[in-house]
Amino acid sequence: MKLDDSDFALFRLPERFSLDRADLDIRWRQMQGSAHPDRFVGEGAASQRLAMQWSVRINEAYRRLREPLTRAAYLCELRGAPISAHTNTAMPADFLLQQMAWREALDDADDSVALAKLEAEVLAGERDLLGQLDTLLDQQSAPRQAAERVRALMFINRFRADLAERIDAFHD
Amino acid sequence: MALLQISEPGQSPDPHSRRIAVGIDLGTTHSLVAAVRHGVAECLVDSSGRAVLPSAVRYLDGGQRHIGAAAFAAQADDPLNTIVSVKRLMGRALADVVGHERLPYRFVDSPGMVAIQTRDGVKTPVEVSAEILAALRQRAEDSFDSDDLFGAVITVPAYFDDAQRQATKDAARLAGINVLRLINEPTAAALAYGLDNASEGLYAVYDLGGGTFDISVLRLTQGVFEVMATGGDAALGGDDIDAALATWALTSASRTAESAHDRRAMLMAARVAKEALSDASSTVLACGLVGGALAVTVTRAQLDLLSAPLIDRTLSAVKRVLRDARLTRDEIQGVVLVGGSTRMPAVRAAVATLFGRPPLTNLNPDEVVAVGAAIQANQLAGNAADGEILLLDVIPLSLGIETMGGVVERIVERNSTIPTAKAQDFTTYQDGQTALALHVVQGERELVADCRSLARFDLRGIPPMVAGAARIRVTFEVDADGLLTVSAHELTSGVQATTAVKPSYGLADDDIARMLRESFSEADADAAARSLRESSVDADRMVLATRSALAADGDLLTDAERRAMVELVETVVQVAQGADHHAIDAAVKALAAGTEAFAAARMNRGIRQALAGRSIEEV
Repeated sequence: MKLDDSDFALFRLPERFSLDRADLDIRWRQMQGSAHPDRFVGEGAASQRLAMQWSVRINEAYRRLREPLTRAAYLCELRGAPISAHTNTAMPADFLLQQMAWREALDDADDSVALAKLEAEVLAGERDLLGQLDTLLDQQSAPRQAAERVRALMFINRFRADLAERIDAFHD
Repeated sequence: MALLQISEPGQSPDPHSRRIAVGIDLGTTHSLVAAVRHGVAECLVDSSGRAVLPSAVRYLDGGQRHIGAAAFAAQADDPLNTIVSVKRLMGRALADVVGHERLPYRFVDSPGMVAIQTRDGVKTPVEVSAEILAALRQRAEDSFDSDDLFGAVITVPAYFDDAQRQATKDAARLAGINVLRLINEPTAAALAYGLDNASEGLYAVYDLGGGTFDISVLRLTQGVFEVMATGGDAALGGDDIDAALATWALTSASRTAESAHDRRAMLMAARVAKEALSDASSTVLACGLVGGALAVTVTRAQLDLLSAPLIDRTLSAVKRVLRDARLTRDEIQGVVLVGGSTRMPAVRAAVATLFGRPPLTNLNPDEVVAVGAAIQANQLAGNAADGEILLLDVIPLSLGIETMGGVVERIVERNSTIPTAKAQDFTTYQDGQTALALHVVQGERELVADCRSLARFDLRGIPPMVAGAARIRVTFEVDADGLLTVSAHELTSGVQATTAVKPSYGLADDDIARMLRESFSEADADAAARSLRESSVDADRMVLATRSALAADGDLLTDAERRAMVELVETVVQVAQGADHHAIDAAVKALAAGTEAFAAARMNRGIRQALAGRSIEEV
C-alpha cells in the first residue's frame, strides 16, 4: 500500500465506473479509522505527519471516487484520454445544441415554474449522460467518447449552479 | 496536603495509565470545562459548585484581575477595563467587528487584530481569552488535585475562519495548555448527543450562542461522526438581540445611553428582560442610567418582532447547508438545539417550522458542547477503548488565492473533509518575472475584496522566463484542527517558499513567547521547572507509545532493529529520571528518529487491515 497507488487500488476496488456508494462510504470510514491523525495523538510529530499524509490521501481518493463526474474523469485519464478541459472542448454534437437551448431557456425563464421545468430537464440530461458513461467505460472501453460526456457533464455542473442561483433569487 | 499513594504489592504504580484530558467550551458569554471521570463526562465546577464561568475579565490596579462572575458583575461599573464577549474580537481587525462603535471600549486598531486599552495596558483578544482559559485550567487541576494536565480539546464555532482558529489556539498556548485538538462546537454537541442517545442517521445541529451561529448536518454511523456540511455566521448571536432590544427600549422611552456605563448597563438590562421573556409573555426592562432610571414594558411579541430579522438570517444559512449536503429537510432525523439563545421560544418555533418537526431539547444547551469536547479529549488521550469514536469534520469556508484582476481562484472547496490538501499550478504574468506575490484568501465570493485576507507571502528566485512559462505549484494543506499551511514551489527550477498561515493579524511565535513571559512573569526557576515537566511528559508519552507499538507490531522488525529500538527507549527512561530537560529532549528526538521507519510500516499495516473485513475485489 503506497501513497501513490491509484484511488481504486487504495480502496481495493476494481477500476471501473459503476460503484456501490454505500460500500465506498464504509471503506472510507474504516480506512480513516486507522489513518486519521486523531488516532496518533501523543505518538510524536513524525507519526502525526505520517497520519496526516495518509488521511489526506484517503480523503482525496474518496472525494474523487464518490462523485460520478470526477470518477469518470479519473478513469478517462487512467485510460489515456485526459479531460484537459482548458485545451480540449470536444463534446457530443447533439449536446452542443442542447446546451445552447438550455442557456436560452435560462435567460428567458421569468417565473419559478419555468425554472423548475428547466431544472427537471437538465437533471434528466445528466442522468442520461451518466448512463452513457457506464456503457462507454465499463462495457465498451471507449475512453475518448467517455471524455466527451465528462466535458458535457462539467457544463451541466456549472449550468446547475447558475440555475440554483436564479431559483434562490425567486425564493428570497 | 494531598495523601501519598501506595500501590498494591506486585503492582507497579503507573501514574499515566489515565491521562487527565479535558474539554473546554470557550464561549462568547460563558465558558465551561468538562472531563470524563469514572466513565462519565461531566462539567467541572468551581469551589461554589458552579459549572459556568462567565467569559469576562476585569483588569484591576497593580496587575491584578478578576475572571468570571466578579468581572461580569462589574461590567457597567468599570466598562473600560472589563472585557466581555471577547470571542467576537478574536482574529478580527476593528473594521471587521460589526457594531464596534456601540461597544464601550478604548479600541486600539493594530494592523491585524484589534486590541483594547485597559488600565493594565493594551490587551489583545488572545491575551484576554488566555486569562479565561487559564482559569479553567486551574479549575481542572484543582478538580483532579494534579498539575499534570495532559491536554485539552478546545471548541470553536464551526464557522470560525483560519484567523479565528489560530487566535484560539494561540490563546491556549498562552494559558499553558497543550491543545490536543480544536473541534467544532456543533460537532462536539453531536458527539455528546449521539452517544447519549445511541443515535444513527442524519442529524442537524442548530447552535445559536451569545455571539456566533453554526448549523451543521452530520451523519452518525457506528461511532463515526461525519460532518456533511456546515455553515453559519461568526458574528450573529444573542448579543445582537440584546443590542436590538436595548436600542428599541431607549427609543421608545426617548432616552439615550451615551456613556460607557450606560451602554453596558442597557445591554445587561436587555439581556435580563430577554431571558425573562422566555417564560413570561411580558416583562419590564429596568435600567439605572446616569440621567435617571429607565423602565419600559416589553412583550414577547415585541421581542419576537425585534429578533425576527436575526432569526431569518439563521434560517437562510440552514437552507444553504441542506443544499450543500444535498439533503432535504425530511431526510433529517432530528434537530439538536445548542447554545443559550435556543431557549428563546421564537427560535424554537422558527426551527420547528423550517424542519417540519419539533427540535430535540433533552439536553442542557449550555453544557453539551463542553461534554462532547471532554469525550473527544478522553479518546485522544488514549483513555477510551480504541476506535470507539471518530470525528470527520469539514472546513466551513473555501480557500483560494488571488489571481490577476483581484479574482479568487478557489483551491479548497468549503465542506471538504479535513485533513485535506490540494495543489494547483499557476504561472507568471510578465516576461522575466522572478517573484510571485501570493495572497491567500478565505470565503465564497468571486472577488478578493469580498473575501477575508488570510496571509500574503512571496515566492522569490524564479529564474527569468517568458510570461506563462514558469510552473508554480501552490499547495494548500488543512490539518485536523482546520488550520491552513500554504506552500509554493516553481517546478522547473525547484525554488520553494512555505508559510504556515500565521494570519494577517500577525502573532508570530516570538510574540507568543514574549506574552508568555510578560503575562505570567514566571521566575526563572518556575520556567525551568515548567520546561522540565513538559519534557518529561513528552518523554513518558513517547516511551508509552513506542512500547505499545512494539507490543502490537514488533513482528515487523528484525531482532537487531528491535534491540536498537528498545535501547533508545531505555535511554529515554533513564535520562527522564534526571533534571536536565535538554538531555531529555535530545533522547526523545533520537527515539523519534529511530522509530520513523517503524511508524511508517505500522501505518501501512493498519490501513491494509482496515479493509481486511471487506471483500477484496481485484480487477
